[in-house]
Amino acid sequence: MVNITINGKVVRATEGEMLLDVIRREGINIPTLCQHDALEPAGNCRLCMVEITRTEWDGWKKYVTSCLYPVEEGLIVSTHTSELHEIRKTILDLLLANSPHSDVLQKMAEEYGLHKTSYEPNLEGDNCIMCYACTRICEVLGKSAISPVMRGHEKVIAPPFGEEPPDCIGCLACAHICPTNVITWTDENLTRTIWKKKFELIACEKCGKATISRDFAEYLIEKRGLPKEYFNTCDDCKRVELAQKMGALVDKAKEVAL
Amino acid sequence: MRIDSIDKLAAWRDECRKRLDSQKKKVLVCLGPGCLAGGSDKILEEFHEILSKKKITDVTLEAVKKTGCHGFCAQGPLVIIEPEGIFYTKVKKAHVKEIIETTLEKGELVEKLLYKERNGDGTDHAIVDYHDIPFYKYQKRISLRNVGQIDPDRITDYIAAGGYSALAKTLSSMTPQEVIDQITKSGLRGRGGGGFPTGRKWATCAKIESDIRYVLCNGDEGDPGAFMDRCIMEGDPHSILEGMIICAYAVGSREGYIYVREEYPLAVINLQNAIDSAREHGFLGENIMGTDLCYDIKIARGGGAFVCGESSALMKSVAGEVGEPRAKYVRSVVKGLHDKPTVLNNVETFATIPVIINEGADWFASIGTEKSTGTKAFSLAGKVKNTGLVEVPMGVTLRKIIFDIGGGALKDRKFKAVQTGGPSGGCLPEDKLDLPVDFDTLTKAGSMMGSGGMIVMDDRTCMVAVARYFLGVLVKESCGKCVPCREGLYQLHKLCTKITKGKATEDDLNLMENLSRVISVASLCGLGQSGPNPFVSTLRYFRDEYMAHIRDKKCPAGVCRELITFNINDQCTGCLACIAACPVEAITGEKKKLHVINQDLCTKCGSCYEVCNFDAVDIK
Repeated sequence: MVNITINGKVVRATEGEMLLDVIRREGINIPTLCQHDALEPAGNCRLCMVEITRTEWDGWKKYVTSCLYPVEEGLIVSTHTSELHEIRKTILDLLLANSPHSDVLQKMAEEYGLHKTSYEPNLEGDNCIMCYACTRICEVLGKSAISPVMRGHEKVIAPPFGEEPPDCIGCLACAHICPTNVITWTDENLTRTIWKKKFELIACEKCGKATISRDFAEYLIEKRGLPKEYFNTCDDCKRVELAQKMGALVDKAKEVAL
Repeated sequence: MRIDSIDKLAAWRDECRKRLDSQKKKVLVCLGPGCLAGGSDKILEEFHEILSKKKITDVTLEAVKKTGCHGFCAQGPLVIIEPEGIFYTKVKKAHVKEIIETTLEKGELVEKLLYKERNGDGTDHAIVDYHDIPFYKYQKRISLRNVGQIDPDRITDYIAAGGYSALAKTLSSMTPQEVIDQITKSGLRGRGGGGFPTGRKWATCAKIESDIRYVLCNGDEGDPGAFMDRCIMEGDPHSILEGMIICAYAVGSREGYIYVREEYPLAVINLQNAIDSAREHGFLGENIMGTDLCYDIKIARGGGAFVCGESSALMKSVAGEVGEPRAKYVRSVVKGLHDKPTVLNNVETFATIPVIINEGADWFASIGTEKSTGTKAFSLAGKVKNTGLVEVPMGVTLRKIIFDIGGGALKDRKFKAVQTGGPSGGCLPEDKLDLPVDFDTLTKAGSMMGSGGMIVMDDRTCMVAVARYFLGVLVKESCGKCVPCREGLYQLHKLCTKITKGKATEDDLNLMENLSRVISVASLCGLGQSGPNPFVSTLRYFRDEYMAHIRDKKCPAGVCRELITFNINDQCTGCLACIAACPVEAITGEKKKLHVINQDLCTKCGSCYEVCNFDAVDIK
């Protein structure tokens, strides 16, 4: 364990854990967009920047992204200085310029007193803030079906060559993790479309309702060792089935008791 | 021949030297990038073609050879005849016969090809030996010592020039710690731009417990107008290998890569040849020179991304991942390639190592300044007379480089600024010309040493347009991972463009200044952190010019098209030159009568201004 100081308060932390985790554990609110507990930190959005110094640095300080900074003994951290406010505000301002219609960004910017971007807004912006949450979660799943393509301001998240991604299993993890809800999909009858690729959805044997994509089911059966017939029914029907089984058990128990 | 013991090298060197000494005359044809573009490969072929049919005493075919860049690109293609050092400039294939007949056969000079130095009174005089030319006279070549002197494809040339003797010395008489101590004591700092002390980097890497350590060379030279590393890779590849092998010995590495940018195909070929031949002769691979040292080098080719010159992005690229930087709170010397301790040094740094080992740390530290020792190679480009490759001791002034070596601004125009440090470097004005060139002084003045690109600008350069241009390069080359760099530089470039169009306000300028500060503290890697420099440094020294664009809607240098008009004044002699030059037929007039520009048609391209010999075209 190490001792660090956050906003004047001495705090104990495990050496090597990331500063952001310690700060949040202390109940201090720091905005983030690219951070997600299921993912390794990336440092893309830069909102979690904090100021650090050490006694022996003699007044010298630097700004680091707390999501990536491993804590060490003697660290002195400030999380809400006026300069940090300016940094976060500017970052939100820049993001808002490129995605002026994003309600998530608008709400975050409002908290910094920013009602509209200071820059010329890109009215055709697609709300993608290039946090890589989607590509990182896809990588965690072992698929890497999508990736960042091109460079700089031209950068987009896309499947290889902009075609249907061969490795995509239609699991929707990318869409669900996206902080600005950019990734869209459609489910029509028993067909799911995401990244222009079509997937067959498994129909529940009992109620006929669409469940998950067949590719995803196969992936889970293989990777998670689930029984093959697990995905034959939908969650609702499984629950009903379970309830009926439980009910039967209770009835039986009552019978025995009587 | 495989050098399987240290003693064998000396004998081989004697043999190589004897062979070279037996060549009474040598003809060196520069095949550096500039001369090659001027057709120097055809010149070399022509020499071989004629000499294979014609026997001349004292000149063997082997003695007519290609070399890497000799440096004086503005005068290329260059042909040098040793031992006299006769320096033939702007040589064409058609001159070869004359050079052979006059110089090689009769021992006389081809006057018209000699370098002409301008006298004070406007006349000029020829200089025969290149050592006497001011461009070369003030230089001190350490990292470039063999470039332009040896045939990069012949390991025997490198051996004759003392090659691999530093490695022999290291392996026979120094411990790894002694090597690190020497490099530390020499004060050598990374030549790639960061200026981090090389010895300290090596020492840190050597100290970390690890089964594997890597020694990598950064040849991803991407700064516009910079070609120092290219010339070393193309012209003296073995010097880089020798430096890397010595480093591998010092830090305990068995494997390394040279990362070469995609745009340097010749560097890849020459380096690969050098690696193959070093391996064949026992300088690479298992049991180097018969000792226990085992180290091998592979070439990793870049994919054309500027950001891959950044250490963590480079290592990702070598590992086959997308070349994007990571936060370096754990430094790459601790966790680098494949998360193993890694030394990454620049081409020029490695090329300097053998000389430090041979001549000693004290000798090296005696050159340059206290905190920036040794020499530094620069590529001199832009509006300067003597464009080319130069190497000077650290601490010489910018004035010396630009005026004494570089010959001052082109066409004797007025010098305005020099841009150092690549696209994210800064522009320094005339009153900073007496600053000594070293890592710390340039940074303090708001620019940086960078890898050594130096672009000279004259009074016809608009500093706002310059800032806009370099920001444009950075916008294109930003990897796009972090917000301040991707979005911030994009907006900064957009606002800069707005200024050049005369549409910006003072509020915009304030917004840009604030934005620049945030980009430089909040960006993930060096590219973003130094990204606003072109704007910040030009604003610092040329604020008046910015204000002229913003308040008066004028471009004082006459560059920004939206803010200028071209007019013909009464100096016009009616020579018709501008009428012929105008691409859109906007100029009308008759011979010996005042010409007129039709403003509705004029595209403000400046062609009329360039061709007018009577200062009759005004730009306002």
